[in-house]
Amino acid sequence: MGSLTMNASSQTAAGSRVVMTETIKANNPAGTTHAAGDQRSAGTTMAIEDVTLRYGDANGVLALDDVSLKVAKNEFCVIVGPSGCGKSSLLYLAAGLNDATSGSIKVDGREVIEPGPDRGMVFQSYTLFPWLTVRANIEYGPKRKGLPAEQRRQIVDQYLNEVGLAPFADHYPAQLSGGMKQRVAIARALANDPAVLLMDEPFGALDSQTRGTMQKLLLRVWERQQKTVLFVTHDIDEALVLGDRVLVMTARPGKIKAEIKVDIPRPRSMDVILEPDFIALKRRILGLLHDEIDEDH
Amino acid sequence: MAQRRTAWTRLTTPFANIPASTATTLALAMWIAVIGGWALLSYGRVVPNMFLPTPGTVLQTAYRMSLDGSLFYHTFTSAKVVILGFIVSSVVAVPLGLWMGTYRAVQAPLEPLVNFIRYLPVTSFVPLFILWIGIGIEQRIAVIFFGTFFQQLVMISDCARSVSRDLVNASYTLGTKRSEAVWHVIFPAALPAILDTLRVTMGWAWTYLVVAELVAASSGLGYISLKAMRGFQVDVIFMAIAAIGLLGLITDTAFRILRARVAPWAA
Repeated sequence: MGSLTMNASSQTAAGSRVVMTETIKANNPAGTTHAAGDQRSAGTTMAIEDVTLRYGDANGVLALDDVSLKVAKNEFCVIVGPSGCGKSSLLYLAAGLNDATSGSIKVDGREVIEPGPDRGMVFQSYTLFPWLTVRANIEYGPKRKGLPAEQRRQIVDQYLNEVGLAPFADHYPAQLSGGMKQRVAIARALANDPAVLLMDEPFGALDSQTRGTMQKLLLRVWERQQKTVLFVTHDIDEALVLGDRVLVMTARPGKIKAEIKVDIPRPRSMDVILEPDFIALKRRILGLLHDEIDEDH
Repeated sequence: MAQRRTAWTRLTTPFANIPASTATTLALAMWIAVIGGWALLSYGRVVPNMFLPTPGTVLQTAYRMSLDGSLFYHTFTSAKVVILGFIVSSVVAVPLGLWMGTYRAVQAPLEPLVNFIRYLPVTSFVPLFILWIGIGIEQRIAVIFFGTFFQQLVMISDCARSVSRDLVNASYTLGTKRSEAVWHVIFPAALPAILDTLRVTMGWAWTYLVVAELVAASSGLGYISLKAMRGFQVDVIFMAIAAIGLLGLITDTAFRILRARVAPWAA
């Protein structure tokens, strides 16, 4: 379980903000947790250490302030935080799409210096290649890797079935609904077999019913595929339904304020949001986030 | 569903669709009005025929010049100039525009220069081109090139620049290398917009035809117009103008078909 490095020792002089580090356990019989629970904390896949991000020069806006976290192998880790707290920026840094001002990010022990196929990403905006069919979109990564055609076909078929879009294999993205596009985006990222899957509010642009369906689908896929996931959202329900662990971020400059262990047994259904354990955790996170918003005003 | 909107309401609602038959009728009515107005002015002798020929005379001239092959000859010469000039321009402008829109390091040196040249009137370069290139077809092609290239460059660079950053980012996370992004992602993503740009600039290329044939040409639609002006043959001028318009319409339609074929994914 000790897969967390907190920033309690943050050296910023501000001092007024109490950085809490807490682990809240819901009252669940330990035996009913995910079968891979222990195995998942066995190794660290992604380690973010003392990452600071400042836009522009030394007087620029401080977006991330000394953030450290670790994501264990096959863990589903969720970051929640108020809008503008830098949680998406953190994900872009992890993907190698932007450079941190200081600090380091490692995936499987290797320093992240540029984007690469070992860190798949699903974006909030629709990023399917509009000139490629659904099949060709999913095939893009395996093709770049130089896998032979037969193997690519098997991978594509597997993930088309996984996200339930086999009948739409030859459609173009413009012919798909928003939810379907994000399903293809997930399939496309997974087909590349990344060490870690980064998800930046992937369901943020969807209506609430589609979002529920997508969460269910993602859980099913994740439980079967066993992937390391770092997921960013501002939706607390989403964070608790999906995550093994929820990290709560402060308002800008973003820091990690608390870690909440979600010991709700898997496989989880969408009805879990009505259970007392779930509500207790949600109340806890809401309280943490409200402090943030109040501090701001 | 009950038809609650009257035809008039539909016609006067912003962005509302109208039936295809209504659209065709309106388009035909416009042509009939233009040609009818022309007929009225010319046959009615409101404007002397010396200045405004009758539609009948123009058709007769077209028929006569088709029979002796001169219409085809001049049309072919003009089309060759425009299409060659346009192709040479596009072949350079598409890759250079893509690089300009993609790399700030290409944009920074080129953009100020291109924006300077873009506003220079093509006509002012005609004497220079004659001195440098002579009076052959190359000179006319140079005029078409000069008129379209710099506009194309700026517009195609904008097409490339408006490609979504996250589309490129997504391709990186799937294993695309930085050096591959231009051709693997930015080019196909910008292709529908590039084809639209080419269609629009093709129209501009046609508008430079008469300028190109103003001096030192011995054939072409612009050339026969100028010759006809000296002989007061307004009917020939009208025919040449109609022929240019028709050719423009044909190339425009060809580009629409090409876009639908090459980029069927883009609505």
